Order: sequence, then structure tokens, then C-alpha cells
Amino acid sequence: MPTAARSALAHLYRRAGFGARPEQLDAAEKAGYAATVAHLLDFGAADPAAAAVTPPELSLVVQQGGKDASAQARQQARRQAREQGTRLTLWWLRRMAAADNPLREKLTLFWHGHFATSIQKVRQPRLMYQQNQLFRTAGAGPFEALTLAVARDAAMLIWLDGNANRRQSPNENFARELMELFTLGIGNYSEADVKALARCFTGLRVQRQTGTVRFVQRLHDPGPKTVLGRTAAFDVAGAVKLLTGHPATARHLAARMWSFFARPVGPAEEVVARLAGAFEREPTGAALLRAVLVDPELTAAEARTGLVKSPIEYVVGALRALRLQPEARHVSVLRRLGQVPFAPPSVGGWPANEAWLTTASSLARYQFARDVARRADLSAVADEPPGQRPDAAAHLLGVDRWSRTTAAALARVAGDPGGLVTIALVAPEYVMN
Amino acid sequence: MALRLNRRIFLTAAGVGTAGAVAALRPWEALLDAADRQPLEPGTGVLVLVTMYGGNDGLNTVVPYDDRRYQDARPELAYKAGQVLRIEDGLGLNPSLKRVKRLWDDGHLAVVQGVGYPNPNRSHFRSMDIWQTGSPGSPSHSGWLGRWLDATGTDPLRAVGIGATLPILLAGEKTAGAAVPLGPLAVPAGPQGQAFRAVEDPFPGQPPLAARVAQSGEDLLAVAARLQPVLDQVEEGEQNGPVLEGSGGKGGAELAPMPGLATGHGPERAKKAGRQGELADQLGIVARLVKAGVPTRVYNVSLGGFDTHADEKGTQERLLAELDAGIGSFFDALGDDPRGKGVVLATFSEFGRRVAANGSQGTDHGTAAPMLVAGRSVRGGLHGEPPDLADLDDGDLKHTTDFRRVFATLLERVLDADPETALGRGRFDALEFL
Repeated sequence: MPTAARSALAHLYRRAGFGARPEQLDAAEKAGYAATVAHLLDFGAADPAAAAVTPPELSLVVQQGGKDASAQARQQARRQAREQGTRLTLWWLRRMAAADNPLREKLTLFWHGHFATSIQKVRQPRLMYQQNQLFRTAGAGPFEALTLAVARDAAMLIWLDGNANRRQSPNENFARELMELFTLGIGNYSEADVKALARCFTGLRVQRQTGTVRFVQRLHDPGPKTVLGRTAAFDVAGAVKLLTGHPATARHLAARMWSFFARPVGPAEEVVARLAGAFEREPTGAALLRAVLVDPELTAAEARTGLVKSPIEYVVGALRALRLQPEARHVSVLRRLGQVPFAPPSVGGWPANEAWLTTASSLARYQFARDVARRADLSAVADEPPGQRPDAAAHLLGVDRWSRTTAAALARVAGDPGGLVTIALVAPEYVMN
Repeated sequence: MALRLNRRIFLTAAGVGTAGAVAALRPWEALLDAADRQPLEPGTGVLVLVTMYGGNDGLNTVVPYDDRRYQDARPELAYKAGQVLRIEDGLGLNPSLKRVKRLWDDGHLAVVQGVGYPNPNRSHFRSMDIWQTGSPGSPSHSGWLGRWLDATGTDPLRAVGIGATLPILLAGEKTAGAAVPLGPLAVPAGPQGQAFRAVEDPFPGQPPLAARVAQSGEDLLAVAARLQPVLDQVEEGEQNGPVLEGSGGKGGAELAPMPGLATGHGPERAKKAGRQGELADQLGIVARLVKAGVPTRVYNVSLGGFDTHADEKGTQERLLAELDAGIGSFFDALGDDPRGKGVVLATFSEFGRRVAANGSQGTDHGTAAPMLVAGRSVRGGLHGEPPDLADLDDGDLKHTTDFRRVFATLLERVLDADPETALGRGRFDALEFL
């Protein structure tokens, strides 16, 4: 049974990363909670382990013949996109599993869920990669700059039809989701705002052959627009500035981030006001993240018992703990669990908690657990006498302690280390985040 | 039993109010016995909902091709008289809906026109929530069929969602339906199975979410025990049936890609369709469960990708072709099986789309749309008034039929339930499509 300080640090590492290995916790315990948070937030430091994961070589998928392509050309383009997509997904999973500082990958995952974009429609792995790198490099910086870059991001322009948004025929897809999901939150704007905002973003075009984004003046509507009660000739940057600086955005974003790292909340909760205040003083991803990680409520009971590991957290966490490398079969596991990176179900991102706890996901967790327990080096458990093995498995997997029910269940299979670790990985204490 | 009862009280006091948590406390074995002893009577009403995510364009599904306003509002998107599958003067089905049209010709398809709700919301998420909770006014944490579950018993097998996640539609305040995956139901057996059963056993004082984890495992064993024998009957041409781990079969230990359970060409179909393109596979599972007489009264299957802001025609035709193939093969599979007699399938989407095209050969989020209702007991034909294209609300259709009237009809005439238990007080008169 770990000390309270160690238990809090293990919790921090689960939420800010994908769980800590025992030796990481030893070091964190010496440094203390505040210093560990500062260390996690030090994105300037080199991360050789993450850097060692070779970025995928991705070329733009070009369909020979364009719109009149033959069936064969179409099929070949699809195959190329699928093959590149698998490499891209594996690359990110491997970064998550390897990174010395997992918070950068965790924050990237947060932004991916926030500005949720799916490869199913974008169909260009390279553009998804570019967007992912944007979240990784700009995710800790000013939110206004990040949002502006997202508004001009090729994958996003394809995903929410910004590419089709022209002065002569505005397309309001991006404008609506920008207000509803990315900045203000639902209920803070009108249908007229959606229509006016769409006009602000007219004129951005993705060059299909190169994947670059251009601003085409003649496709842009330069006239005055009234958005949220303000009238001006808003352009892309002006509209982003107006939305990101709005007080509703601070609350919405604070609620989204607390929901991801701590437990699901609505914008009206007390903790959200506290976090939104920190964000308004310094409107950057890093400042909001710091406020989340140092908030005393993060380690209080409600947050501790308030979040289930998402499938990505579950799979990557187990692979990290067991020192296994993500492989293509784990992408299939994630598909069965309902969360594949680069393929969120909709622009709303992924659900949380109860959504991961269905009969179907219980089965997929068990099958995954059994597979990794067979492949991993379990000597840390097997070398102990059977009576000590449940505790050894808790230590290995970063679980504080087992409930009496779980301990009794593990005792049944203590003679078989692989079987024991399988059951440990599907125990409620491990499935919880 | 006393222990179970105590647990229930304890967990309720501990604030386990979320869907499914209390359902953890049922003695499963007794329920399963009951289900085995009491399979559904042939002819019992079974509701199959097809959820279409993204906002399906109703005007291009059931097409008022003769209406000049329709043609003028979307010249490049509109279908002409010669292109649609004509069902009435001036009205035709999308050319992709060939097998659905056959149901119409046989008198087994009802088209409920102009279905929607007051003050339409154009957010995908909010509007889908409104449809699934049946609550257009205030947000609700339970689905309308979840509340039907709450009111009528505790067996989660009464409502089954096909897929990894369970929609709010099937989540009640106390009870939730079961999610059945498309892959093999290879559950742990032997000593490992006993340990699994032991670890997934909710206990007093367990935090509610942790109890939900245990619940999902306990439900898995129960659902597998009941459904596996049905799904296990490998039909000719099928390669992968569900396999009990340790039974020496294939598929238990290997994490193979999802095989198609329902049809011989399942994986092929899924590949062709690209996305979660296995609607026919999902409906194939439903057909088998129905024919086997499992005690499930409600199924939900789903198909996504209808958010056609750009280049709509090709995308929607492809998706409607998948819908058509799914519905067609579903009713073919049911054939004239006596248990298929009471099956009613209904489609819905979170909203229709704007009447006018948007200039990128697509349409933006709109409002009312038709629902298709099919089955041998269905009174075929048009029901409800068509929305008036001359009387739009800021470019959007005004709904003519409140969706709660459709739900009330399904509750009353398929599920033999009092609509008030699921829809709350207020009168929603049943429609005559059943």
C-alpha cells in the first residue's frame, strides 16, 4: 500500500500521462508533487525516447485521373490511404507508449478530441499528421493562435467543408462547430451568428495537389458582418480573435479540459470558474493545463473515482506498464473498444466514462488483456510466491491496491502469472483512470 | 436474494443513479432461466430502430420531384421525375432505395412525412440527444426507450444495441440495454472464467463508476450465455462463428479483425462500404436473434456519414444504397418466419437538411424529415401531411408530425406499452401506420 503522496503522484501520472512505472514514481516521490507538475509541463526539454520514434513517411494520396479516375485508380488510392493511415496511427501510439514526458502526447490527444477531425473524410494521412503536429507544437501556446492555425489547417478545411465556403455560397459547417464545440459552447450564439460567422471564413482553399492552404481574396466576403452583437468587416483572424477572447470560451474550454483530465463537468461547476479565471489571466494551453494539474480537486475523491480510462489510455497504459510496443493488431483492439486515433466518431470527439463500459467493450478489454499478458515479460510477478503475486501485479500496473473482491479473484489464478495479470487488467481498479 | 436486495439499497443510497448501475444487482441466472423458459411468443412486437447519424436529407430520400420549389431550390441536387422510384403522384423514393420500394409495392412500407419537433436545434449532438431522449424541451439523461426499460422490468436483454457503444436511446435512469459487438462473443471459460466472474462482481461501497466496470463484465457473461448459442449456429458460407474460449475453436485467443457474423460476405461488404459500413451485418445479427426467440423487444442499429455539406448526391446515394441493402436483406432473412411477423423497423436521423442547396453541391443542417417504417404488420402508404415548400421557416421545413406521436405509436402498438411511461404526460395521439 503506497503512501498518500505516492498514491497522488501515481494518479497524476495516470491523468497527465499513461501511468507511471515504479521507478518513475520513486523519482517523483523524491521531487514532490509541485516539482513533478513543473517537470511534466516543461515542454522545452528534449524527449529522446519520443524523438526516437521515426515519423511516418507520408505522401499526399493522389488519385490518377481525378474525378474521372478508373475503378482501378480509385482502388489504388484507397489502398495507399489505408496503408499510410495505419502507419500514421501506429506512429502516434508508439510515441504515446515511448515518451519520457507523456503529458505532451496527452495534451495532443486532448486537442485532437477537442478539434476532432476524422481521417474517414479527410482521407489524407499526411494532412492528419500535419494537424497532429500542430497540436503537439502549438497546443501549449496561446489559444487564439492555435485556433487560428486550426481555422487555416488543411485537414480541418476538408473535414468541415471550409474548402467549399465561398463568398458566393457560404458553407456554415465550420462556423457552427467553431462556436458550438471549439470556443463558446452551445447556447452562447444565435443562428444569425452562425450565418454571419461563416462569411468571415470564406476564401480559404486547400490545393488538392500539394495540400497547402491559400487565401483567395476574390472568394472572400469582405463586407461587414454582425457576430455576437459586434459589427465589423471581420476576416479569419478577426473572427477568431473575437471568439477566443469571449468569456464563454474560457468557461467552455476549462470545462472541456477538466472533463478530460479530471472528471466530466458542465460549464456551471465551481471548479470551472476557477480554471477559467486562470485561463483569462493567461489564455494559453499551458496555463490552463497547469491550473488543472495543481488544483487540489484533481487529487480529491470525486476526481479520483470520476473517470474511466478511455480505450487509448487503457491500451497505451497497459503496453507501457508491460514494456510492449504498439502493433497493428492494437489498432483493431482500439476499433473494437470504440476509439481509434485520427478517427473520432464525429466533430464532437469521443464520449467518456459510461460509454466505454458496455458488454462489447468488456469483451474487447478481456481479449486484449489476455493477449498482452501472454506476450509480456511477467517475471516481476512470476518471481514472487503465489501469495505475493496480486500485490506484485498492482505494483507493476501502478494500482494503489486491490479491493477485497479483486484480491480474492486474483488469488484464484495466482498459480498462473499470465492469467493473474489478465484478470488484473480487467479489474475495476485498473479500468478506472 | 436478501444479499442482493441489501446491495441494491446500499448502492442506491451510495448514489448509483446512472444507467445500468442498479441493474448490476439482478440475479442473472434466474433471469436467464426465465428467458429460456419463456422465449418470445411468435408475433410479439419487436422494434428495430435504424439510427442515421449526420442528418439525412429527407427531401432527397422521399422526393417531391414535381414541386417547382424543390427543383428551384436545389437545381443541381434535385432528382427529376425519371430518376426517382415513383410511389405517388409527384413523390418518389431515392433511386438507391430499390428494395425498400419493393416493400412499398407489397404494402409493407409506411412513410411518415414531415417528422420533427418544436424549436428545432441544428446541432448534431443536441438534436440527436433530443431524438433519442424524446425530450425537446429540457435535456434528459435517459433515452425514451431507456425509460421504457425502467418502467417494465430489469432484464437488459430486452433492449440490444449492436456495436461497441450503447446510445443514450437505450439507457434509462436505472436500467440499460446491452451492447452486442459484431465480432465473436468469445468469453472466458474454465478457471479463468471463474476469476473473471469473481472480479466483475459489484460490491457495496464500490465507487459507482467502478461498479459500472464490474457490471459490464457481469452483463457480458450473461449476454454471451444467452446469445452465443444463437450466434453460434454458423450458417452455410460463414467462416467465423462465435467461439467459446477453450472449446478448441478458432477466434478466441487471436485478436483477429472483426469477422462478419451475419452474412457470408460480411467482411467483404464492410470493406466495400469503408466506414462502419456493416449495416447489413448488424441487421443480420438482429434477424438471427429475432428468429431464435430471444427475449429482446428493441434493437438499435446505426449508419453514419449523412452530414452532406458538400458533394451530397454521391455520398447520400451510397449510404442509402447501404441502408437499402440492409433493410432488404433483413426482411429477406426474416422471410415468413412467424417471429418476424411482429417486427417493425423504423429509420430516423437527427434532422433533415435545408431546402436550398448551399453552393458546394451540398446542404446545411435543417429540420423535419420523413421516417420510413417497415414490417409485415405495417399499414403501408403515406402518413401525416407533407411539409409545405411554400411555407418555410427561414428556409427550413416546418414539421407536420411531432416525433413523439411516432414514438407513442411504436410504444403502444409494437411494445404494448403505455406511451406515458416513456414520454411523460401529454397527449401524443397514435398514428395509423400500425
